[in-house]
Amino acid sequence: MAKKSTQIISTGEKIFNATMIVVGIIISLICLYPIYYSVIASLSKPLFVENGSVMFAIKGFTLESYKVAFHKAGIWTAYGNTFFYTIFGVLVNMAFTTTMAYALSKPRLIFRKFFTLFTIFTMWFSAGMIPLYMTFKGYNLLDTRTAILFGFAINTYNLIIMKSFFEQVPESLEEAAFMDGATNITIFAKVYLPLSKAALITVGLFYTVSRWNGYFWYMTLLNDDKKLPLQVLLKKLLVDRVANETDAAIVTAQSLSSPTTVIYAIMIIAIVPMLIAYPYVQKYFKTGVTLGAVKG
Amino acid sequence: MQFEYDGKINDIQLENAWAMIELSKSTSNGGIFMTGSRSITKISKQTYRTIRRDWDLYLLLIPGLIWFIMFAYKPMLGLRTAFYQYNLFRGFEGSTFVGLANFREFLQSPDFMRTMGNTLMIAFWQLAICFPLPIVLAISITEMKNKFVSKLTQTATFLPYFISTVVVCGMVVNFLSPSTGVINMVLGKIGVDPIYFMVKPQYFRGIYTSMTLWQTAGFNAIVYIAALMGIDPTLYEAATVDGAGKWKKIVHVTIPGIVPTIVTMFVLNIGKIVKVGYEAILLLYKPSTFPTADVIGTYTYRVGIEQGNYGLATAVGLFEALLALVLVVLANKLSHKLTENSLW
Repeated sequence: MAKKSTQIISTGEKIFNATMIVVGIIISLICLYPIYYSVIASLSKPLFVENGSVMFAIKGFTLESYKVAFHKAGIWTAYGNTFFYTIFGVLVNMAFTTTMAYALSKPRLIFRKFFTLFTIFTMWFSAGMIPLYMTFKGYNLLDTRTAILFGFAINTYNLIIMKSFFEQVPESLEEAAFMDGATNITIFAKVYLPLSKAALITVGLFYTVSRWNGYFWYMTLLNDDKKLPLQVLLKKLLVDRVANETDAAIVTAQSLSSPTTVIYAIMIIAIVPMLIAYPYVQKYFKTGVTLGAVKG
Repeated sequence: MQFEYDGKINDIQLENAWAMIELSKSTSNGGIFMTGSRSITKISKQTYRTIRRDWDLYLLLIPGLIWFIMFAYKPMLGLRTAFYQYNLFRGFEGSTFVGLANFREFLQSPDFMRTMGNTLMIAFWQLAICFPLPIVLAISITEMKNKFVSKLTQTATFLPYFISTVVVCGMVVNFLSPSTGVINMVLGKIGVDPIYFMVKPQYFRGIYTSMTLWQTAGFNAIVYIAALMGIDPTLYEAATVDGAGKWKKIVHVTIPGIVPTIVTMFVLNIGKIVKVGYEAILLLYKPSTFPTADVIGTYTYRVGIEQGNYGLATAVGLFEALLALVLVVLANKLSHKLTENSLW
């Protein structure tokens, strides 16, 4: 820890510190501005957005873009689907990941080294897009929710994080439980899981973010509009819009929404849950990332 | 290794999957069931008892194991598609074995030069910009003496990571739109005619690189921030005594302190970098930008999923996976030679 003695700070250091403050603020603004702009654009009248007078503040406040966004065909279904895939998907993730991680965390497990390598190998070499797609096809899982929920049940990286968490729990606790006649499953459920709350939240959040934000495999595996999550719907709206760029809607001073402002509104709708959860997510993500990658 | 569990994980700093293997090697010799007695008979008795007691431990292993077999290893069997003129409806039995013909077709087609060149160019920019800047960011954040600004910077740079690829691409497309985009508005104010950013191939790599930087810089910086926190403060004190200024301290204490982390991250990420993020490119490119934007991943998607040419697409994907693997191994060797730091 740095000593807080009455050190004399040189002029050079003062300039350095002041520069760092300015640099920090500029970087922060660059990172936040795109999100901020999307918010103000979605809340402004389209004329002001499209003639460039909306830059730093809302102009001509209106919620019409959100009204239109919420009336878009399929948006509620898509939103519901995203919640469905996120909630149940993460439950499946956690069930598969914690059980396997727990078994792998026990040094007495026979062939433990082999099983560990068996999982880690997939981080370095995987079959890739087409063989995985064909596998789903072979299992007759195309266009099913099952494919989404179970096909991506384990992320090896998260499995390894979970495993090293379990390895941190003192063995004496386990021994004591064995003395009382508990089985492994009881010990796992009653001793280890309650002790690993921080780990469960960290890994759970990793999965939540990837479930909520994912689009590629949803798009590739699902066809039925009723099953699509928000990200895929958003992707369709974006692509349609880009395709029709040339005949953009005519915007007058009277119009309360335009394709542009509606897109901004939908994007905000899609990220709001993440933004709300962000302070919480940030705290746990840091621990997880640090655990996963720092050379000690 | 300490087994004091305090609900946090900061104290265990395991570098990565390979370190995990090392760890399992070292701990498997010191498991609780081996201590105490050295007599062979007793150990085998204990082992027997352990297995009987642990049957349900193996039960816990099974769901995960089945998943890996079904969704990670089964697809690897599907890699043989790369050697077939694969017939969608008749499976392998009804398809003709063609040996390396799919690979030859890819390597000899004009698509190869384009996708390979684009993949390498985009990977190069990722390595030149998106890899080092998070390190600079991390050092800057730790050097900020103002607590509030330092926190703000960290929070603000980390946030974009949580915004989905689709939304980020949506922002990019909308901001750069020639008719309604904010960038062209600003350019218009200084008298520049609207630029069709998304249509002109010369802008694609710049757009993609900036977008990735915005999205991942804060996230990637976290690892380095953690490593910087771990540098022994007495080193800085010693440097101060020696009369080193801020800059000298950064060069001689800070950077050497995080070199191992940099090397680890480099080797870990080079494979990912080569498998350029096709998910985002799929959302951003269009036929007019193919000359700079079409990478191996997007080509695989078009040929395989859209056109149904599984044989060729699998061959292309396998080619890319092997290339990534080779680069990881090479990067590891190189880092071992240069810095004596390596993953294995």
